[in-house]
Amino acid sequence: MNPFKNQTEEVQTSPKVSDEIKQTTCFMCACRCGINVHLLDNKIRYIEGNKNHPTNKGVLCAKGSAGIMQQNSPAKLTKPLLRTGERGKGEFKEIEWSEAMEIATTWLSEIRNTDPKKLAFFTGRDQSQSLTGWWANQFGTCNFAAHGGFCSVNMAAAGLYTIGGSFWEFGEVDWEHTKYFILFGCAEDHHSNPIKMGLGKLKSKDDSKFVSINPIKTGYSAIADEWIGIRPGTDGLLVHSIIYELLKSNKVDWEYLKRYTNSNWLVYNNPGKENHGLFARDENNSPLVYCKDNKKITTTKDQNSNSAFFGKYKYNNLEVIPSFELLSKEYLKPKYKPENISSRIDVEVDVIKRITAEIAETAFEKEIEIKVEWEDFNGKKHSSFKGRPVSMHAMRGISAHSNGFNTCKLIHILQTLLGSIDVPGGFRYKAPYPKHVVPGPKPAGKIVKANTPIGGMPLGFPTSPDDLLTDDNENPLRIDKAYSWENPLSAHGLIHMVINNAWKGDPYKIDVLFMYMANMAWNSSMNTKETIKKLTDKDKDTGEYKIPKIIYSDAYYSETVPYADLVLPDTTFLERWDCISLLDRPISSADSAADAIRQPIIKPSRDVKPFQDVLIELGARLGLPGFVNEDFSAKFPNGYSDYIVNHERQPGVGPLAGWRGDGNEFGKGAINKNQIHEYIDNGCFHSHEFSENQKYFKFTNKAYLNFAHEMGWIAKNEPIVMQLYSEEMQKFRLAGEGFGKKIPPDHLKERIIKYFDPIPSWYQPFEEKLNADNNKIYELYAVTQRPPHMYHSWGSQNAWLRQITNLNYLYISKHIAKTNNLKNFDWVWLESFSSKIKVQCKIMQGVNKNTVWTWNAIGKRKGAWNLSPDAPESNKSFLLNHLISDVLSNASNKNSIISNSDPITGQAAWYDLKVKIYKCSDEENDGKIYPSFEIIKNNSRRNISINDYGKQFPKEYSKNNLTKIKEFIGNSKNIK
Amino acid sequence: MTSLPKKQNKKLGLVIDLDICVGCHACAVSCKEWNTSGHSSPLHDIDPYGDDPTGVWFNRIHTFEVESEINGSKTVHFPKSCLHCSDAPCVTVCPTGASYKREEDGIVLVNPDTCIGCKLCSWACPYGAREYDEEAGIMKKCTLCVDKIYNENLPESDRVPACVSTCPAGARSFGDLGDENSEIFKLVEERNGYDLMPEQECAPTNKYLPPREKNDQFSSDKLSSVTQDNDFTFETWKEIIKDASK
Repeated sequence: MNPFKNQTEEVQTSPKVSDEIKQTTCFMCACRCGINVHLLDNKIRYIEGNKNHPTNKGVLCAKGSAGIMQQNSPAKLTKPLLRTGERGKGEFKEIEWSEAMEIATTWLSEIRNTDPKKLAFFTGRDQSQSLTGWWANQFGTCNFAAHGGFCSVNMAAAGLYTIGGSFWEFGEVDWEHTKYFILFGCAEDHHSNPIKMGLGKLKSKDDSKFVSINPIKTGYSAIADEWIGIRPGTDGLLVHSIIYELLKSNKVDWEYLKRYTNSNWLVYNNPGKENHGLFARDENNSPLVYCKDNKKITTTKDQNSNSAFFGKYKYNNLEVIPSFELLSKEYLKPKYKPENISSRIDVEVDVIKRITAEIAETAFEKEIEIKVEWEDFNGKKHSSFKGRPVSMHAMRGISAHSNGFNTCKLIHILQTLLGSIDVPGGFRYKAPYPKHVVPGPKPAGKIVKANTPIGGMPLGFPTSPDDLLTDDNENPLRIDKAYSWENPLSAHGLIHMVINNAWKGDPYKIDVLFMYMANMAWNSSMNTKETIKKLTDKDKDTGEYKIPKIIYSDAYYSETVPYADLVLPDTTFLERWDCISLLDRPISSADSAADAIRQPIIKPSRDVKPFQDVLIELGARLGLPGFVNEDFSAKFPNGYSDYIVNHERQPGVGPLAGWRGDGNEFGKGAINKNQIHEYIDNGCFHSHEFSENQKYFKFTNKAYLNFAHEMGWIAKNEPIVMQLYSEEMQKFRLAGEGFGKKIPPDHLKERIIKYFDPIPSWYQPFEEKLNADNNKIYELYAVTQRPPHMYHSWGSQNAWLRQITNLNYLYISKHIAKTNNLKNFDWVWLESFSSKIKVQCKIMQGVNKNTVWTWNAIGKRKGAWNLSPDAPESNKSFLLNHLISDVLSNASNKNSIISNSDPITGQAAWYDLKVKIYKCSDEENDGKIYPSFEIIKNNSRRNISINDYGKQFPKEYSKNNLTKIKEFIGNSKNIK
Repeated sequence: MTSLPKKQNKKLGLVIDLDICVGCHACAVSCKEWNTSGHSSPLHDIDPYGDDPTGVWFNRIHTFEVESEINGSKTVHFPKSCLHCSDAPCVTVCPTGASYKREEDGIVLVNPDTCIGCKLCSWACPYGAREYDEEAGIMKKCTLCVDKIYNENLPESDRVPACVSTCPAGARSFGDLGDENSEIFKLVEERNGYDLMPEQECAPTNKYLPPREKNDQFSSDKLSSVTQDNDFTFETWKEIIKDASK
């Protein structure tokens, strides 16, 4: 060959892409997009978004595309493990599944035969909670929850207790029609592709505006038309100020309030009495309004009455007041004037006023109309859906504060005052929402008995103190103290308190802690260092671990694996069946009710089993009623796919809603043996599109409500009335004042009275209050943001994603740099009430001047996830978790230590963190992160120095098999 | 040295909308995923689980702050890959003819069989868009998914580069920028799309769309209160509002 002669390349432009395309649902995060997996030679060639899928419509994020590397991760567990050394050392022996199941069954059956609550069963970010919760119910333990108490419960609960739907996964912006979109805080997590698609759509319109309210300008905030760098934890004050301005200027939708909310309902004004603040009701328990036309008190059912928003009236000789008078009186207090708020939230008065004017103008002067005939629940026919095109979304940045529930409620109240809930251009519910406020059922678990189910799902929605899970002395019944007086509405449980409470034996000791996919020994705990200690702490007298037995299931060697006594290795998401059900958190959109499955795409080459199969088998081995037939044979011998098709929660209602009965029924219908194949043939999802007249005003839309009732999504076929004034909150407050059968313990009375407010208002986050009471030592705020390409802990081990981000700095404002004499890459101490960390800082401008921040969950423990011990994640990266206390130890009342959580929902308050910063001294400046942790031993570590994924596929590309020029010249390092 | 084609029948390229790119890296990872098993397979990663993981990426997202004392800062997400220049210096500098521009569509490719890994092209490229594969010892780069955009094994609607089909925000478009009647050409016209670093005189095919300048859509920057009194009482407000709330 003459190398100096130009050679033309023959490019193969139509190589074979795949032998087969299999469709399933992505699980690289909580977004649940549809994916097409291209298989070539039985290996994954390419993963792309499914164009027909209602969630992602063909697009796919960085995490989704990196699914190939997740499947090929060297951190995958390979066989069941039994601990041989001390807990935390990572010393295990491999055992067979038969032995593993035998051990688990023995441990669990002992508990079930004596005291089932000695099992604490907590799962992480799994998507099978309708199965796991039901399993806990059948086992008979009240001690069950998932990751929501750490993550989302403030958003879910605030919405469900106010408007019957919520941000998070139960609602979405009407991206098609909205003209003004306000995003509160970091939201680069749940629902991530739909939000990105929506932002793209919104920004492409000329008459639109996107406002981001976030202390930090990253991700979505970077493309906002206006960024408002608010002080963390004060969003509620901003909302107050906006509401103040709107009310003062009469910019509210009175008609909407009158028709669809409880604004006119009459409330007893009877201070110091048992009915004070409750709604006046007639003999049929129907709430009452004052009709201005005939000057009479009448039932709310008479919707045509011209009912009063204001005034004082008499009912049964007691004074009654429309709830709106109470609400507006509170919200018009001078303390909410922009002039009085501005300096507390770091937003200028003019900005607050201008944003409010823009919201009002968009809502009331840019009304939009969709011409569709529809009928409301009162039989009134409408020729169009009219909408006020202002929309809002909030998630992490609101949720993870101790005032998150009230802040989120305030946002919903703002939306309602504008008349922008479930209208064109506003915020829309996703099926099976809206539900009646407050949705059923109540939490089960008041009675826990040997060998007996608890009689319902462990998680639910209390509406009064009677629904709490407390004993006769008002002590908590659950190990995490959910549904107790400490956090009465903890609708997702408190996973973050389980280890602490089980270790302390408070309220009682447990025997087995059973966890799935919850990285509690690292980034899913507050105060990680102490949490780890509690997992290994032993009773001085007996020498036994204080938490006697730990069973853990995960697909990967996470930081939590070494702390388990028995490890049940799970499959990856591409190797399993799964069900994303309308009974749990489905993939619905506002236009359609939809659910989905995952199907096994490839066969695991390891000795692992899908956790759900294991749980179903354990259920059968333990003889749990729902999991065995009458002769005690296994009810679902073929595992989860068997359960998905054949389980019925109620007659005709199963995990999947599509293709029931003869294959043509949706929602309700007999078991269809072919159902799962129908899902597979349809891309692993089913979507039921609502008719055009069902799509908006769902809370009053007759066609929609009839359908929702028929489907069993709502318990009664009645309109859903948004509860601006919350009687449920008042019932708890009254209990705090000593009324009713259940009264809080003395040390919690003040707390209940203070925070259970029927009219939500902002209060200082707890750690802020603590700081104010302690000479203001910690004046700075510390929060995290989520890298959109990597927000779940298992992402950072990914060979591709970790090339994008593998270390995090502490980002500080110019103001902080100046006042503390800091420059880029200085090593600093960041100190909180409970701990301190040593990290490197970087200065930036797009951040609130009093705030420091970092990326969430980049830091990894040395040895975990099969990363090499010198990985930057373990040597240069850090978690803020070490600084965040799990308990409020300095709480004003020293009688009890209370979790660092929202006082209403128990949501972990990990965004409340207050800190101070100072340069580390020359002696301390060793270039190392503090704290550092002992390396985790992992006997199965595999060293991979080169990733050449793709090489294995047959190469049709290069046709000319010539000697390569560089080999001819002789400069190749590989020359043979 | 290597010649550029005398004419180009098409100018295939990308248009990237900086107004809506949220910097999520979806395009970068999808590109990596397609191409590691594609024309330039594999895109090696070295030390993927170690101290300094590095690999070949045809598309990288740079996020940075532009500071300004007057207007505060702007956070920019800037995706960057080969711009398939008409006057591509990476081609003319190539000593072996391995780096070449296709006459039929303007795509700049590297022939792995004739590349000697001398890296002259990466020195010549003003955009830093070339990717040297240490393990393979040859230069690699964005192929505009040449094995996808013409691939008859894929449905026609899927014949676009991986970065375009995956972008969640819809910030990426693909087409013939040499055709004045194409959608993509019109998009560039309409949005004042620009060349990256025109002073380098490479005539890049790819274009960037700047953030939209939005006209002030709102008539007022504050609301007028129903009560003139700045220190109004609730009772006075209520008296005024009562009739409005009918």
